[in-house]
Amino acid sequence: MSDDYIYAVARVRSKELSLLSRQDIDQLMACRGFDECLRVLSDKGWGGAEGSSAEAVLAQEEEKTWAFIRELTEDLTPFSVLLYPIDYNNLKAAIKCVVTDAPPQDVFLSGGSIDPQAMMRCVRENDFSSLPPAMAGAADEAYHTLLQTGDGQLCDVLLDRACLSGVLQCGKESGNELLSQYAELKVAAANIKTAVRACRTGKTKAFIDEALAPCGSLDASSLAAAACKSVEDIYGYLSSTPYSGAAEKLKESYSAFEKWCDDQVMDLIKEQKRNPFTIGPLFAYVLARQNEVSTVRIILSGKLNELDDGMIRERLRDMYV
Amino acid sequence: MEGFDFSTMGIFFALLGAVLAALMGGIGSAIGVGMTGQAAAGVVTEDPSKFGKVLILQLLPGTQGIYGLLIGFVTLTQIGVLGGNPDMSLAKGLLYLAACLPMAIVGMVSAKWQAKASVASISLVAKKPDQFGKSMIFPAMVETYAVLALLISILAITSIGGLPV
Repeated sequence: MSDDYIYAVARVRSKELSLLSRQDIDQLMACRGFDECLRVLSDKGWGGAEGSSAEAVLAQEEEKTWAFIRELTEDLTPFSVLLYPIDYNNLKAAIKCVVTDAPPQDVFLSGGSIDPQAMMRCVRENDFSSLPPAMAGAADEAYHTLLQTGDGQLCDVLLDRACLSGVLQCGKESGNELLSQYAELKVAAANIKTAVRACRTGKTKAFIDEALAPCGSLDASSLAAAACKSVEDIYGYLSSTPYSGAAEKLKESYSAFEKWCDDQVMDLIKEQKRNPFTIGPLFAYVLARQNEVSTVRIILSGKLNELDDGMIRERLRDMYV
Repeated sequence: MEGFDFSTMGIFFALLGAVLAALMGGIGSAIGVGMTGQAAAGVVTEDPSKFGKVLILQLLPGTQGIYGLLIGFVTLTQIGVLGGNPDMSLAKGLLYLAACLPMAIVGMVSAKWQAKASVASISLVAKKPDQFGKSMIFPAMVETYAVLALLISILAITSIGGLPV
């Protein structure tokens, strides 16, 4: 029910006032160094305790976002579109840790919908029945593939594809147009990235077919066929799809393409600023916060490594507000 | 039903009109004020200083319930239920029912749509409190049609008594 989110959306509208604007980003860019950036962020309420590291500040901001969303809605199922990549990343880490008998130290991402320790138990006991069915199937296949072949990349490909299929399905099942469009965009962008990388590293057609997830706006087999030939063939194929802009950006640089992907997401969610009902504005807020964190991360790492301002600026994402 | 005299049903239909006006207007307003209340609570959770502004926007869809009550009250007075002679012809009873319908139907529908406009305006105030004046105008536009329905219902109800039916 769209009316179920009236209270939540009103709170999100108030919270949006504290999102970083383009002026705030300019202020961060004008800082003379990394420490000054952290001070400015602290003045804006970022982070918690004084003297936290940059990574800790960014992690706290991510956690604040999810804590806020959990306060607004008990059912995080529609947000699985955003949580699946974290869960599958943790699943990859758990499988590799168990198979290689390595200690699971600093390998898990926080904020997923499944406890990483529970995943470790599943892999150790070779019993994935407590995971969601699609994830359990992929985990079982990836685990046995890694055991039998020792090919970590193949294990990653199997799980990445399962993750993308899960994202796409979750978007469709949500019944919300924004979630569905976002899932489609994410899967298409991931397919393009995979195709370009696979083409540049000379992967086989069988490998590319295995890696690409079917989606509505891109024909995976045509993209795989183009990826087997050359990068120019990929550009040629993309120019006949809704992702012709991606081809232009890929010609520029890979970072330009990544910025294009993030900017497409911002364009997609900007309409939600005018929507007072539905889950859309909540979802848009989470994406806006993630975009904010990734933009701040770019600035901080640029400042830390004393990169040229121009180089940092060309990587900065569009902001939601 | 054998022997039942339908011509005595006039007062029933007249009373039905009064009840529908109060009932449907009240339902619309209850839904509307409930929706806007949720939005207002959301804003006040984050910023309690906006209570006064969002309260006004919350109350806007509440007027249809008041108009319904007014029409119900005027009708009850006119048909003699609150004192006087409640005898009336079937035709007159049906006329009272018809006279109450504009307020009943427009009241219920407009309250819900006004609530949607109010919720949107509450979002506007949450982000731009200085635009409060403008934000009031959007839901107030919907009020126009509730007021028009109120006028036509009142004119009709107060005129029916003098008709030779």
